[in-house]
Amino acid sequence: MTGAELSPAWTLILGAALVPLFRGAARGAWVVLLPVAGMAQLAFMPAGEFGQLDFLGEQLLVVRADRWSLLFAWVFLIAALLGSIYSLHVRDTLQPAAGLAYAGAALGAVFAGDLLTLFVFWELTALSSVFLIWARRTERAFRAGMRYLIVQLASGMLLMFGALQLLTATGSLRFEHIGLDAPGGLLIFFAFGIKCAFPLLHNWLQDAYPEATESGTVMLSAFTTKLAVYALARGFSGTGELVWIGAAMTAFPIFYAVIENDLRRVLAYSLNNQLGFMVVGIGIGTELALNGTAAHAFTHIIYKALLFMSMGAVLLRAGTVNGSELGGLYKSMPWTAGFCIVGAASISAFPLFSGFISKSMILSAAGMDGLLVTYLVLLFASAGVFHHSGIKIPYFAFFAHDSGKRCEEAPANMLVAMALAAALCVGIGIFPAPLYAMLPYPVDYEPYTGSHVLTQLQLLVFSALAFSVLMRTGIYPPELRSVNIDFDWFYRRPLPRFVGAAGNALGRIIAAVESGSALGWGRIEAQARVLHGPRGLFARTWPAGAMGLGVMAMLLAFLLSYYLF
Amino acid sequence: MQPREPVGWLDRKENVSKVYRGVWLICALLLAVEPLTHKHGHFRFEEWFGFHSFFGFVACIALVLAAKALRRWLKRPEDYYDRR
Repeated sequence: MTGAELSPAWTLILGAALVPLFRGAARGAWVVLLPVAGMAQLAFMPAGEFGQLDFLGEQLLVVRADRWSLLFAWVFLIAALLGSIYSLHVRDTLQPAAGLAYAGAALGAVFAGDLLTLFVFWELTALSSVFLIWARRTERAFRAGMRYLIVQLASGMLLMFGALQLLTATGSLRFEHIGLDAPGGLLIFFAFGIKCAFPLLHNWLQDAYPEATESGTVMLSAFTTKLAVYALARGFSGTGELVWIGAAMTAFPIFYAVIENDLRRVLAYSLNNQLGFMVVGIGIGTELALNGTAAHAFTHIIYKALLFMSMGAVLLRAGTVNGSELGGLYKSMPWTAGFCIVGAASISAFPLFSGFISKSMILSAAGMDGLLVTYLVLLFASAGVFHHSGIKIPYFAFFAHDSGKRCEEAPANMLVAMALAAALCVGIGIFPAPLYAMLPYPVDYEPYTGSHVLTQLQLLVFSALAFSVLMRTGIYPPELRSVNIDFDWFYRRPLPRFVGAAGNALGRIIAAVESGSALGWGRIEAQARVLHGPRGLFARTWPAGAMGLGVMAMLLAFLLSYYLF
Repeated sequence: MQPREPVGWLDRKENVSKVYRGVWLICALLLAVEPLTHKHGHFRFEEWFGFHSFFGFVACIALVLAAKALRRWLKRPEDYYDRR
């Protein structure tokens, strides 16, 4: 007993392994019970460090419970519970098992106090989550999952190399503030950056998430990227470069989101944009900014899950989430539409919804530090996120022109999960105090000032006005059946072709060399056959004495050469 | 033949126009109450009258027009990556 067993990660991982043993209602009860048991465990978990282990002479720290890790553990368990309830109608055993193992791995990573433990859970999140993509069981999903897995494992490898460099230089594996200048710091930075979907490293997210199953995407949206945000906040807070990286992340995905047709891919782009806000907060590194990052990660996981849940319900019932084929679904799925709008209002940071009380902390922190350009980019991204997530998602799915599709309302379990998430979004928005009390640093911040509410409403409602005007005048780009090429084009188009062409060229060269040197090669081969063949000189069995003689002769030759030269 | 469904409120064109005019009205109201609150921002320009309104409107128009232009370079057929 070292205390490592306290972590709720084990409850979820071991519990997930038992999921296939259950059938029907028992399995439903089991998958809902596991996150609840994890929450109970967490509620009684004292702060502190547990589970110091010796591994190959290195000190490991399996469980570190402090304000950062406890906050993320809570929201991860909430997301796991929502995801479990949401997937209750699924008959496939793979999905809840993989989902819970994935959640458990993310919890383990959050509690990891050293880089080796972090690495193990880091890779486990990748390995368990890819099954949520493959569970779609299509060729497309399989390929997307493969690409996803390669990128995730590459991130893990960078983390491992970085950690080893750090270990050699400092003699410690402890996961504390690292910084870019530390030995191996840059490698670890990029390891986190890949998972956090930094610009140009981001495409695995938009590529893979929309290919997963309905409930798979809900799980995926919660853990991997927020784990990366957590790791960045621990290791690289106050790293100035992150301000620029984050600002770029908030801005560029929204252009893609406006013209993307697959509504779950639109959400993946806006997920990327929201991560940008958190990364800016980490880059600024003041207590207010880091509190903002932590709070935003918390609220974001819930409203993003809610949005993905509503689009998953649409995919399940209408059979598609392409904006070009949807519209008018509010008649068939009024509850789903309502919950979607709550999620949309939360991500847009409307007053009284959860995004408002968290995102504003990051903007305020940028303003207080006088970061003018960053502040304006964040303001632009705030207007933009309302435009594509807040309006576009509900509008094209549930309103717009009537697509003629009539379907059933989402299954009851999906509605319950969405209702819980929506209640949390509104609850946190109206009563932010309990969340503020959980944040890493003491909070001295009041989101509901008259000035703040008014300016935010002006920003949002005038964005809505812009959307309405563009719609009425027909300038707004229509939803089209298409894909938009992004950075993944480089490794999905030219790279395979280049590798293919290089392979062909290499094959030709080898063939030419072979045929050219066939004569010479044949002679060498014949000689080798004489020496090493079944009756060759070297294939004979020699007595041990001959061996001894040979060794003696060699030693003698060595001795002679030693004296001579 | 599906049973005919009742015509919803939003199905009527004139009601959609009402919603549209409603958005304009709310915008006007938000500008009208601005002198009643004391605005304080982190930068001086934030205290200009209607800054956030103007910024939100222009930002979104620019965003959509830029994205629309980007389509020229980025748009590919739906099965683009499935072709070999």
